[in-house]
Amino acid sequence: MIPELGHFALALAVALAAAQAVLPIVGAQSRDPRLMAAGPALAVGQLISLVFCYGCLVWSAVVNDFSVYDVAMNSSSTEPLFYRITGTWGNHDGSILLWCLVLSICGGAVALFGRGLPSALRARVLGVMGIVSAGFLLFTLTASNPFRRMWPPPIQGAAINPLLQDPGLAIHPPILYIGYVGFSIPFAFAVAALLEGRVDATWGRWVRPWTLAAWCFLTCGIALGSWWAYYELGWGGFWFWDPVENASLLPWLTGTALLHCAIVVEKREALKTWTVLLAIATFSLSLCGTFMVRSGILNSVHSFAVDPTQGVFILTLLAITIGGSLALFAFRAPVLAASGVFAPISREGALVLNNVLLCSLCAVVFTGTAYPLFAALFHVQLSVGPPYFHLTVVPLLVPLFLAMSVGPVLAWKRADLAPALLRLWWAGAIAALIGIGTELGLHRAFAAAGFAGAAWLILGAFAELVERIRLFRIPLGASWSRLRAQRLGVWGGAIAHAGMGVTVAGIAGMSLALSTIVAVAPGQTIAFGGYQWTLLAMHDVPGPNYTAQVADLRIMRDGRQVAVVHPSLRTFGQQHQTVTDTSIQTNLLRDLYIALGGEQGGKVVLRLHVNTLAAFVWLGALVMAFGGALSLVDRRLRVGAPARRGVVGVPA
Amino acid sequence: MIRFRLVVAVFLLALAAGPAWALSSPSEMLANPVLEKRAEAIGMQLRCVVCQNESIEQSDATLAAQFRAIIRRRVTEGWSDKRIMDWMVQRYGTFILLRPPFDPMTWILWGAPAIALAVGGVAIVLARRRHPSLPEPLSVAERQRLAELLK
Repeated sequence: MIPELGHFALALAVALAAAQAVLPIVGAQSRDPRLMAAGPALAVGQLISLVFCYGCLVWSAVVNDFSVYDVAMNSSSTEPLFYRITGTWGNHDGSILLWCLVLSICGGAVALFGRGLPSALRARVLGVMGIVSAGFLLFTLTASNPFRRMWPPPIQGAAINPLLQDPGLAIHPPILYIGYVGFSIPFAFAVAALLEGRVDATWGRWVRPWTLAAWCFLTCGIALGSWWAYYELGWGGFWFWDPVENASLLPWLTGTALLHCAIVVEKREALKTWTVLLAIATFSLSLCGTFMVRSGILNSVHSFAVDPTQGVFILTLLAITIGGSLALFAFRAPVLAASGVFAPISREGALVLNNVLLCSLCAVVFTGTAYPLFAALFHVQLSVGPPYFHLTVVPLLVPLFLAMSVGPVLAWKRADLAPALLRLWWAGAIAALIGIGTELGLHRAFAAAGFAGAAWLILGAFAELVERIRLFRIPLGASWSRLRAQRLGVWGGAIAHAGMGVTVAGIAGMSLALSTIVAVAPGQTIAFGGYQWTLLAMHDVPGPNYTAQVADLRIMRDGRQVAVVHPSLRTFGQQHQTVTDTSIQTNLLRDLYIALGGEQGGKVVLRLHVNTLAAFVWLGALVMAFGGALSLVDRRLRVGAPARRGVVGVPA
Repeated sequence: MIRFRLVVAVFLLALAAGPAWALSSPSEMLANPVLEKRAEAIGMQLRCVVCQNESIEQSDATLAAQFRAIIRRRVTEGWSDKRIMDWMVQRYGTFILLRPPFDPMTWILWGAPAIALAVGGVAIVLARRRHPSLPEPLSVAERQRLAELLK
């Protein structure tokens, strides 16, 4: 009964989305306030039915209703409740439903928080979101319905992949999807602007917070995925340039560019056409990231799992959404006249450089990821792996990082480079000292360059603040009161830039990481990386749906105990699969990372890593997201938003 | 293409049979740290042909372990890095290289950063030409006059 209610709610959501796709846009074109007002109501209705629908799926998983195909395939009564719930999005059908749910949450958010928007713009934005929603909901209902029944139901479900039975990965999809799908809002605003033929500062002011929110979630989502790979795969690496990882990086790169561009639109009414194109590109890449990977095009090994009709359906949807918006762009973009002019050396100019570099990075990552497919067209098989990405990405990152600190100290409209660089001399000097010191001390060029770059980014990030409070040029007390008067947005930008520096420091530190594989007998001590590692004992521990082989390992340094850790190997009986559960002992400056291998002739195989500054890699991402969140709560973003008008907007 | 299908089939079999993400054994490693480091560097450049985007140093597939063993044997036999790589490519094709070679097929791939930057540069030049440029900054005489007027 409950799954049928969910099924019904899904069908209802399709109908509401279809209405949302048509009525508000027709209303905006014909200036009919009643039709335009239907937009928010339909968006909220769609949200409510999808929340109910997803609730039904979760309910079916919680009560172990194995007559529902998706529950039978991806859940099991032996699993803890948490994984039965997260299992609903740990598979193809459920994750697409979650994707649709997040999209409807975005629509609902525009409907509820966008009351101050000009009503025609709001109607068009909601209409565009309705079109996207209708397409993907129809796909869910017809081709990947999670409520399909199975008869006779199996006695026990197949349970989710043990690799996914992990808290980090369990919460990963919702966060990543909020990031991906959040970009549908700037996309809808961009398409609405094209329909309307108008982009102005007001538009920029509405687009930026939504973009920022999506960007924060995507940043956290990517970091979480990378962290999961670090501790779960047991190899100590944090980024493998895997197609799935690259797919999440692409919208992040263009999204970052969009974020900066929206500032220019808001403040200077320049770069409008480009901002609109970036908004379209970012959501298009989000769509590709979510669905290309699933449709089996990028990841040929997984194509066996997916029904070919699903792939064709998804490709058609992608072609309509992406191709349609790009065609509209080509047709309507000339209407959007730029008004703000600026000199090449200016804040705007720096942001253009930022955009060129970020988009080039995106193009390189895209080319590298898609090239094997391209080569396959010519019957050539080739692999594009980490060595390619390292060689091509680093030369683009260096100018980006150099410019990142300079840009914020440049004036709008027209600036002089020399005084701006003079304001940064102290940051440059400290960065150079750190770099030279590292090189002389360790003779590791990559790490030296990385630490210098990190110092440049972190110090440079606060150069604008130092300038604003006139530090050491006026009495310290006066500087302090100026500092307290700074807007949160200024802090947010500085902190986000510094976060990038923290990540760079982490990556540079990881290039100094040490690792080894050893086979030890209980009681034996190994000296490695300045630590003494003693295997105390091995024992078996039963888990809820697995048995774990646990090693007790004591780590000493200079005769003092640093930690006792318990890496384990979990064997999931139901799937005959073994998962390493690594132990990570961190003090933020270094991770002691231990993965347990099998036993060999009375000895236990252990992989030991001493990962310098590993935590900084993800800490930096969190700092970036925190900076974004600070900007988001800046009063100006809300107070400065246009007042309610409630009248019909100016037509195109 | 047929070989690729085979590879996929092997991969699916490997998934069903072996424990994923086990660790390789230390007995594989060479006693001489310099040689071991060289072997690792070579291994990191080679793709495990039965896995998704993993180097043979990272993979736990049996085939990758065999490749690791071959490389280590060649390294101890005194082969140069280049000779080992060439030997691998000769046997398994360029597919095995994680860093694709520079040849007509990969010109676009390796040229991607330059092409992207060039496209960006051209777009900027075109956009600037289309839009009105900023008025010239004030000349010295104008600035003096402005200062006088503002006194």
